Amino acid sequence: MGLTSDVSVLIGGEAGAGISAAGVSLSKVFMRGGLHVFGTVDYPSLIRGGHNFYMIRASKDPVYTQWDSHDLIVALDENTVHRHIKALKPEGGIIYDGEEIPTDNLDIPKEMKNLFAVPLKSIVKEVQGRPVVRNTVALGAAIGVLGYNIEIFEQILRELFTRKGEKVVAMNVNAARAGYNYATEHYANSLLFQVELVKATHKDRIFLTGNEAVALGAVAAGCKFYSAYPMTPASGVLHFLVALSEQTNMVTFQAESEIAAINMAIGASYAGVRVMTGTSGGGFCLMTEALSLAGMVETPLVIMLGQRTGPSTGLPTYTAQSDLRFAVHAAHGEFPRVVIAPGDVTECFQFTIDAFNLADEFQIPVILLTDKHLLESYTAIPPFTISDITINRGKLLPLAPYSGKQPYQRHKLTPDGISPRLIPGTPNALIHSDSAVHKESGFQGDDCAIASKMADKRYKKLPNLLKRLEKVPRIKLHGPKKADVTIVGWGSTKGVALEVMRLLEKDNVKANFLQVIYLTPFPTEEVKVALKDQNPILVEGNQTAQLGGLIREHTGIEITKKVLRFDGRPFNPLQLTRRIKEEL
Amino acid sequence: MELPTRSNVKTNETNTWCPGCGNFGVLRALQSALVDLKIPREQVVLVTGIGCHGKIFNYLNVNGFHGIHGRVLPVMTGIKLANQDLTVIGHAGDGDQYDEGIGHFPHAARRNVDVKLFTHDNKVYGLTTGQTAPTSIKGYVSKTTPLGAFPPRLEPLKIALASNASFVARGWVGDVDHLKELMKAAIQHRGFALIDMLQVCFTFNRVQNYQFYRDRVYKLEAEGHDTSDYYAAIQRADEWGEKIPIGIFYKEDRPIYRSSLPQIEKTPLVKQSLKVEKFSELLQELM
Repeated sequence: MGLTSDVSVLIGGEAGAGISAAGVSLSKVFMRGGLHVFGTVDYPSLIRGGHNFYMIRASKDPVYTQWDSHDLIVALDENTVHRHIKALKPEGGIIYDGEEIPTDNLDIPKEMKNLFAVPLKSIVKEVQGRPVVRNTVALGAAIGVLGYNIEIFEQILRELFTRKGEKVVAMNVNAARAGYNYATEHYANSLLFQVELVKATHKDRIFLTGNEAVALGAVAAGCKFYSAYPMTPASGVLHFLVALSEQTNMVTFQAESEIAAINMAIGASYAGVRVMTGTSGGGFCLMTEALSLAGMVETPLVIMLGQRTGPSTGLPTYTAQSDLRFAVHAAHGEFPRVVIAPGDVTECFQFTIDAFNLADEFQIPVILLTDKHLLESYTAIPPFTISDITINRGKLLPLAPYSGKQPYQRHKLTPDGISPRLIPGTPNALIHSDSAVHKESGFQGDDCAIASKMADKRYKKLPNLLKRLEKVPRIKLHGPKKADVTIVGWGSTKGVALEVMRLLEKDNVKANFLQVIYLTPFPTEEVKVALKDQNPILVEGNQTAQLGGLIREHTGIEITKKVLRFDGRPFNPLQLTRRIKEEL
Repeated sequence: MELPTRSNVKTNETNTWCPGCGNFGVLRALQSALVDLKIPREQVVLVTGIGCHGKIFNYLNVNGFHGIHGRVLPVMTGIKLANQDLTVIGHAGDGDQYDEGIGHFPHAARRNVDVKLFTHDNKVYGLTTGQTAPTSIKGYVSKTTPLGAFPPRLEPLKIALASNASFVARGWVGDVDHLKELMKAAIQHRGFALIDMLQVCFTFNRVQNYQFYRDRVYKLEAEGHDTSDYYAAIQRADEWGEKIPIGIFYKEDRPIYRSSLPQIEKTPLVKQSLKVEKFSELLQELM
């Protein structure tokens, strides 16, 4: 028997059966055992029944996305076996409840020998647990057949259930231990490998989603008001911020619609606090009129747009990258904006903080463009710290009596287009913000000279914005400077692109990856330089290669090779590697 | 701290309302109410929507936010939750609030966010030149209803009462002193307050004109109406014909939305530090 430090586990069952929670728990076992971990959940839009599955990838080396095939399937229902047997590696195994699912039903290929029948339900009865404890037994058994450390899992269970009392803790620990014992007694050495415990590279790590990283970024940036209408896949931000709100003193507001949510955020921003709203494509459609309002009244605003498959309701719980053009162009009229696409959880945190600073410094709306795969997949990373974070509120003046000789003018013309900002409640000053074309005072004024002066004022911000963005990575070129092939992508495809680079290298194809981070303002020169004398191939989660279109628009470079996926599912590394090689 | 006076609540902006517009009465009532209440001007925020009513933003010299069509209530909600020390007053039109923005109306009422909504209800679209409004009387002939408006009129007071609004009133712009007192009561009320203002569009509505209301309005307080009697309020709200009641229909003291938010019990958000204490503790659950 050998040791491996790269393993893929799939846990499947009905919706409502705690599949995601089980996946997170087992992921944390690997994380605390020292491995790098990535986890992602696939679920249809329903609450009970149907089929959910969670894929865990754990490795000694950094992992960035799920794998195409699996070493172990934990089947909490029969359906899981039927659906995923084709993705099981020949040497892999399946854990299932042998008393509930007759092995004959499973229709397993003959060469597949590792059928790990475990009497999950009976063990739950023995430990006197509720039906959901079956998951704990199954995870104990999984740790058993993988030869991993059950004590880490027991510790996690203790922490998870300590609030519910010693009895619940003991029952869960017994359930895990019973599953583990059953597996080691009956199936010891059945798998040809055991998963290696490796020394942790970081003492403490956190395992979190993009949603949680965006939420923590907002907290770290001093966001005080988050209003949103629930919509997959962005609801996670709302849930997490609500859970933290007592510790963070943030007001979190479930509004009656996305229209209400963004207008509330704009109101709170006008009143002087840092604000954010979040939604998916359909909700963002409803927000666009107010996005234009924020641009007109120069009120800082951060919007997290979490893409899912469209058009319309589309696949509500699946991923997409098809709202890039929409985010860049959404809303009537012309006004400067920033669109940033983070590619992993660390970037979700960092770029959210950047978004708040940019919104305040330039008094503009900033859109964080994310997607389901990024927002609802988990990665183990070192914990965030905030000691080195800068909060820059730009030209916002402190809440002290205004002492200017002239009456305060909210939209005063300045060389850089940005007006000193006071908030309502400031003694000796009145703040007027008008969605109509307005004068420096903020009161309406519709003569042509004012209209063009104010339009110029808003766009005067651009040169300084571009200068400011020199300090941040607007693109990243991962891997060697020159390569046989350059993968070009944005957002959540970063993960799979980094995996594919490694796979191509094994096949002696030298690859690098151009990640475009700022979609607006577009990093024209950076992209031109990065693509010079390269062999680029676009990899996007949409049908029309929207980034390719933007690149051509801004640089004149047409990228003809492309691999596009638009069925709601994220790319898998082996599959994408094959398709890239076909294009070369 | 600058208290409002007759002169400093006015602006120098050119007034573009039609001669005879009912909005002049609204503006006078609001200016007088603010002077009477002695709230420093910098502590007052006026939020307006889109329509003729929205121009009041230009004529009242307090803080102002002239937003987009139908969204007065969510903007006010955001302002009030960010800084509860501010007095937040919204003016909306009938099309603005009861057509485009109707979705926000029952929610603001039931939440009891401490904001004031004064609607300019002239039963016609003015700034878009004379189309039917949600509050147009059945049979009202307009540009878009040449055969007369088909559906019965939308009844804001009944919607407000059904949505548990804690202050429901109707004013009429032909009696500025009475309207002013209603505004003062609404502003002093702790919680959401609605005043549906019978306003006159001198240009486009030739039916519900000054004479129409002069002949019909009567004051609830003169008839001994009990403003704490919910069912009496509904009955009065149902009256529309030879007699039209104005005044406070219903008033109730109940907890405002802010009382559900311990985060801002003591200090408004806008005065809180942006620095997070014990950030690392927030990560515990993720370990």
